[in-house]
Amino acid sequence: MTAAVTIRVQEPDFDIAQEIAALTRARTDIGAVVSFSGICRDSENGDAVAALTLEHYPGMAEAEIGRHAETAMSRWPLTGLTVIHRVGRIAPGENIVLVVTASQHRQAAFQAAEFLMDYLKANAPFWKREERPTGTSWVDARQHDDAAAARWVKS
Amino acid sequence: MKIKYFAWVRERVGKAEETLEPPASVRTVDDLIGWLAKRDEAYAHAFEKPRVIRAAIDHAHVKSDSLIAGAGEIAFFPPMTGG
Repeated sequence: MTAAVTIRVQEPDFDIAQEIAALTRARTDIGAVVSFSGICRDSENGDAVAALTLEHYPGMAEAEIGRHAETAMSRWPLTGLTVIHRVGRIAPGENIVLVVTASQHRQAAFQAAEFLMDYLKANAPFWKREERPTGTSWVDARQHDDAAAARWVKS
Repeated sequence: MKIKYFAWVRERVGKAEETLEPPASVRTVDDLIGWLAKRDEAYAHAFEKPRVIRAAIDHAHVKSDSLIAGAGEIAFFPPMTGG
């Protein structure tokens, strides 16, 4: 993997502008930067959510995201990409995950960002616990995340 | 081999990791789940729906019919909810 790929799993919040700047610094060949950030919401299906707690598999989380990043770098003409996933307790309104992709032209940046999020949602070893007024429980995986990842398989 | 548990699998088993040496007759991930489920009620509860359990060997996802011989670390966990 080249130095243009940044993958971090961390408790602290990230600064989106800083991460975009890091990808584009000292380069004038980048024509497109796409960023996606996933944010903790304050409700799910009408129930209030007080906080999420993200558990992860240290070592495998970075390795799995790294594999997706390698696939994205070989499949699209990107100059670089960054994936940051937070862990620990996260309150509504706070950032959970960031994907930034950079390329000469926008199609690669858009598609790679969506690919990375779809694959991350289906395959990255993180698990969410939700705190609600009724109690704390593990979030169930959703089938449509697996379906979203499957649509990127080339025929 | 080291065995790790995550999320509600960890909660039900009651520990995050342990080192076990299953007998040679335990050859696949499926076999290992069946062997673990027999250890006590906590394990049985954790693995009562084997088809819901996901596995990884040495930090890579594996299918339930994968062989476990030579694995350094095997992890069991529910379907993932990251991102």
